Amino acid sequence: MQGLGIDVLFKGTNMLRLLKGLWVSVEISLISVVISIVLGLIVGVLMTSKNGALRLLFRSYLEVVRIMPQMVLLFIVYFGTTRVFGINISAELSAIIVFVFWGTAEMGDLVRGSIKSIPRIQYDSAYALGMNKFQVHFYIVFPQTIRRLLPLSINLVTRMIKTTSLVMMIGIVEVLKVAQQIIEANRKASPNAAFGVFAVVFLLYFIVCWPISRFAVKLEKRWV
Amino acid sequence: MGELVKVKHLHKEYGRNVVLKDIDLSVKKGEVVVIIGPSGCGKSTFLRCLNGLEEIQGGVITVDGLPVEPDKKDITKIRQKIGMVFQSYDLFPHKTVLENVVLAPVKVQKRYKDDAIREALVLLDKVGLADKKDYYPRQLSGGQKQRVAIVRALLMHPEVILFDEVTAALDPEMVHEVLQTMLDLARSGSTMIIVTHEMAFAKAVADRIVFFDQGEIVEETTDVKGFFENPSTDRAKRFLKTFAYE
Ligand SMILES: Nc1ncnc2c1ncn2[C@@H]1O[C@H](COP(=O)(O)OP(=O)(O)O)[C@@H](O)[C@H]1O
Ligand SMILES: [Mg+2]
Repeated sequence: MQGLGIDVLFKGTNMLRLLKGLWVSVEISLISVVISIVLGLIVGVLMTSKNGALRLLFRSYLEVVRIMPQMVLLFIVYFGTTRVFGINISAELSAIIVFVFWGTAEMGDLVRGSIKSIPRIQYDSAYALGMNKFQVHFYIVFPQTIRRLLPLSINLVTRMIKTTSLVMMIGIVEVLKVAQQIIEANRKASPNAAFGVFAVVFLLYFIVCWPISRFAVKLEKRWV
Repeated sequence: MGELVKVKHLHKEYGRNVVLKDIDLSVKKGEVVVIIGPSGCGKSTFLRCLNGLEEIQGGVITVDGLPVEPDKKDITKIRQKIGMVFQSYDLFPHKTVLENVVLAPVKVQKRYKDDAIREALVLLDKVGLADKKDYYPRQLSGGQKQRVAIVRALLMHPEVILFDEVTAALDPEMVHEVLQTMLDLARSGSTMIIVTHEMAFAKAVADRIVFFDQGEIVEETTDVKGFFENPSTDRAKRFLKTFAYE
């Protein structure tokens, strides 16, 4: 194992530190994802509204989020707010704010797309059966929307988990940062550590994301 | 007997595009009216107006004496008197065959679920689909889907059923099974308004033929055989000729 440099992980508490770093990533994404889903549902429904001004507003919001690299957003929120408003927010909170800002936009767009993808004939045939507006949405539109939405939003979740690696740029010690620290500390003793440690990090991301995306595939197969 | 569906001076437009011009039509209980006409002449729009799926810009539509007005609250009551089967498959994809057909009777008409299921199974059996009751729509052929859609409409016990080219999207070998179901319905005394391009079927099933062209009723007759042999208007003649080489 010396050659691969994985051995450094078994020195001291290194492995534990790495797992703690992973937990930081998962925690930030989990909190962000939950808030994004709730807000995204609301934004998505509003994006299908008949009000043109409202649609334009959310459209621009989505464009801004898509154009801006998440890293720039992170810097703006973390460093910018302190300078401009004199508020000091923690790195973790900054990260969550940025991820929610991003996740809500993406989630909102998925919700909008899912609602729009329900063909008009579904509404027509439901109304033709004498259903009222509530019944049409509750029994017909909503369940179909959720079925389309679930696999898509799970993909978004895995994307968000992976993107949390950016938060080390504002000083949060997450899994990738810990990995770098371990590699740095052992540069002399085990020069190959970079390979082994990053391979383990890769594996950890895989262990977190793989079951989630398998779940999405399964749902897709069952429902579409 | 009184008229079940009554349409007086119906006018419908999409913006500047006038789609239905001054339509008058009445349908008696038990009558089977077949509407034919070139595509784009307003047949689908007409059916959609009948159960309030479209706003109308003029005229009056009544079903069973009640005015059809899309914005009124009792439109859902009126729609329960009107069954409708569409051209494209309109089953609910997230529900099984049985769930599709009993949903509205249970949720809209508040019937007992057991009752609705029992009746659904009888009707499904009649169209030869009882064994498919737990299938999802995507597991059915086009013809089977349309027969389920017919059963779904029937289970609401509508006074009149509207059919909008229900075989147009089907593979030829499935057309027959669906038309047969409709023919059986017609013979059992159901009131039906049928839009179709199947001329032989129209001839067999119709009590009255209504020929639409460019948003108007051009010809209307109870002499069904006579119409197909020798229609009295040139426009109908020209339209029927387009089927001559099929
Ligand atoms: N939702 C709509 N908006 C605008 N125009 C429409 C709409 N639906 C139908 N039309 C127009 O109304 C006319 C009649 O259409 P339709 O009733 O579908 O004809 P048919 O069923 O006889 O083929 C067509 O010219 C069509 O373009
Ligand atoms: Mg049509």
